[in-house]
Order: sequence, then structure tokens, then C-alpha cells
Amino acid sequence: MKILIFIIIGIVGGIIGGMGMGGGTLLIPLLTLFTETEQHVAQAINLIAFIPMSAVALFIHAKNRLLDCKYLLTVALPAVAASIPASLLVKYVGGKSLSRYFGIFLMILGIYQLVSLIVVKVRKRKNQSNKDKISLYKSVYK
Amino acid sequence: MKKKAQTVVKVSGGLLIGFINGFFGGGGGMLCVPLLEKVLGEPTKKAHATAILIILPISVASAVTYLVNGYFSLAGTLSTGGGVIAGGAAGALLLKKLPPFVVGIIFALMMVGVGARLAFFS
Repeated sequence: MKILIFIIIGIVGGIIGGMGMGGGTLLIPLLTLFTETEQHVAQAINLIAFIPMSAVALFIHAKNRLLDCKYLLTVALPAVAASIPASLLVKYVGGKSLSRYFGIFLMILGIYQLVSLIVVKVRKRKNQSNKDKISLYKSVYK
Repeated sequence: MKKKAQTVVKVSGGLLIGFINGFFGGGGGMLCVPLLEKVLGEPTKKAHATAILIILPISVASAVTYLVNGYFSLAGTLSTGGGVIAGGAAGALLLKKLPPFVVGIIFALMMVGVGARLAFFS
């Protein structure tokens, strides 16, 4: 029964991740809230669960020439270097506190996504209405 | 942006992404995409693809560190990982069928709601 819940949560996280919207961030709290997985273990599950999917996505993106390898040295290398001490640090943070910090982090990400989605939408609408005006002028002053 | 300043932004962005992704076991992608797209001016598709290239090595390094510290669940990882593969394929297909704005708003609201639940009511 519990396995089934794990699979369903994985599917939900996978769908969100597959749409490029950060599935891992929702997968972790779903695990802690619905399967009573401990926060650290939920984070470990998330880290591993997305590796095969990311590898497949990476392969497809590489084929489509969408990868920019120039960021490997400047962004990915320092990121890997910072991730190891951070992963060691969690050992000294209790599951309850870690979960609370995670909640705050999730709220910030959610609010950021809300604002950026709305800003993009408004900007698009403005551009569209400007384009409509220009084509109207063009049709009048032909 | 000057080249030197840009390098500083990239390196410090990388450090932040790595730290967050290691500490929270995820979420680095949601920081990496805006860094590449909004700050460094990469086109949306390229930013999403390249973000995976950056996140994958971090996730592998963090996963190994978590494992060494004893944080692991075989049944949980296998069943969740299987779900992610199925869901990921479905998500990639759904992306062309669902309105991204509406879906994005729903996910964002879910994040705020779940985040508040964890931060204040646990």
C-alpha cells in the first residue's frame, strides 16, 4: 500500500518535473506529509529519483543542441563544490527544523514563480496590444 | 555586463545553487533557470536544458553524500524513482497539451500552500 503511495507521488513529481517546473520541490513535502518519510530521507530519495529522468532529458537536449557547455566550468563546478559541504551540514540539522526551513524555501519559490508568471503574461499582453496598434496604423495609412 | 562581473555572478550563482540543492535535496533547478534566463540572458529552452546539465552533477554529488551519511530508503527510492520516470514522460507530452500559464499558477499556489503548512503548522 505504502509502495503505491510512493509511486503516485513519484508520478506527480515526474509530471511537474517533466514540464520543467521543478518537480523535486513538491516531491519532498509530498513524501514527508503522506508517507511519513523523515525529511532527510525524503531529500535523499528526491536526489536519486530524478537522476535517470534528468539523464534521459539531457541526452535529448544534447541531440537538439540545446546545451551550453560553457557553464560547466563557471557555474556547475562551484555548484558541485558547494553542494558537498551543504549535504554534510544537514546531518547537524534536526528533521523538524529542516522541514520548517524547507517550507519557507518552498514559499519563497512559489511566490517568485507566481510573480514571474504574471509579469511575463502582462508583458506579453502589452506587446500584443502594441503590435495590434501598429498593424491598425499600417492598415489605415497604407 | 562586463566579463569579470559576469564571471563573479556565474560563480556566486553556482555556489548558491549548489548549497541550496545540497541542503534541501532539490530546488536547485528553480534557481538555475532564472539565473541562466533572466540574469545571463539565455533563451528559455536553452536555459531549461542547460539547467539540467548543471543540476545533474550536483544531484549525484549530494546523493552520494546523503548515502554516506546513512540517509537512504531502498523501497522508497525505487518506487518513487519508477513513478518519476513514468510521470516525466507524461509531463513532457502534457506540456504540449496544457496551458503552461494555468498549470504554472496552480503549481506555484501548491508550493506556497504546502510551504506554509510545513513552515507554520508542523
